[in-house]
Amino acid sequence: MNILSSIWKAVSRGFHRLGSPREFYTISNYLTPVFGALFLVLSLIGSYYALFVAPADYQQGDSYRILFVHVPSAWLSLFIYVVMASAAAIGLVWRMKMAFVVAICSAPIGAAFTSLALATGSLWGAPIWGTWWEWDARLTSELILLFLYFGVMALYYAFEERRTAERAMAVLAVVGVVIVPIIHFSVEWWSSLHQGATVFREGGPAMPPSMLTPLIYMALGFTFFYGYILFLRARNMVLSNERKSKWVRALLQPQTLQPQGLPSKILQAESGKEGTQ
Amino acid sequence: MNWSEFFYMGGYAFYVWTAWGITAFALCWLFLQAKLSNAKIKSEIIRQIAREAILSENNADSN
Repeated sequence: MNILSSIWKAVSRGFHRLGSPREFYTISNYLTPVFGALFLVLSLIGSYYALFVAPADYQQGDSYRILFVHVPSAWLSLFIYVVMASAAAIGLVWRMKMAFVVAICSAPIGAAFTSLALATGSLWGAPIWGTWWEWDARLTSELILLFLYFGVMALYYAFEERRTAERAMAVLAVVGVVIVPIIHFSVEWWSSLHQGATVFREGGPAMPPSMLTPLIYMALGFTFFYGYILFLRARNMVLSNERKSKWVRALLQPQTLQPQGLPSKILQAESGKEGTQ
Repeated sequence: MNWSEFFYMGGYAFYVWTAWGITAFALCWLFLQAKLSNAKIKSEIIRQIAREAILSENNADSN
């Protein structure tokens, strides 16, 4: 019991530390490159196996190789929405600054992966179904997901005052989460052109290991990519939101950081003096 | 397997390579956009600090 309570204390301390923008900035400084490296390694290995090693499908030939970018994109379009909605809910309930940052920074990444899922799906449907687009349950619900991401972003940028913008965005994100199970089960609830689940289904994946392994590598790699971009964007937003704070100013002091010699030039130009000795 | 056969993709070259291509493009775009906005925000804040340094210096001169 003592061990459990000390683990719980450590976890909650870590959670609180990540909840402070300053601590987040420090910790993410180390985590960001790790996520980037994991993405690169996993997706390069995955791409190699997907394009060179995995055999052609006995029905669809080589066209099925679109699967290795389509399924990870579709998976992330849903995963990112769940992360965004959870972060938004945490922000609304506990008024945590970082939770709103995570939610709003996730939206454009989610929109990008949803667009990719739709576009790659369309490119796959054209030769195999004989149509680029069909108003069928899976495709339509995924399109609604894209509009939800756009709605969340538009709502955030529509408000001048940041607190109001964060709360408005968060409410839409939380309410919109109903789309996630609808998309997942759409192929079972309605008759659809789209095939059923092949990986997360009862009785295990219906796919040989030669195809499943690269798919898992790609899906994991893309997930780390989401984490990587989320950290980059969140760090930008923290800097921007906290620009008046002492720690950001200390971080970007001209003495400690001089990108392209900018500050001293500005100092000279704007003060109208000969030099600043 | 030779390279031309590989790029031919059993006749599905256009669909497969376009799908992979737009995916690679989108990932690069997300990365570059994050990096560019980082440089922009940092230089904005640095300019602001420099501007305030001049203002306080001028105030000290006039007093």
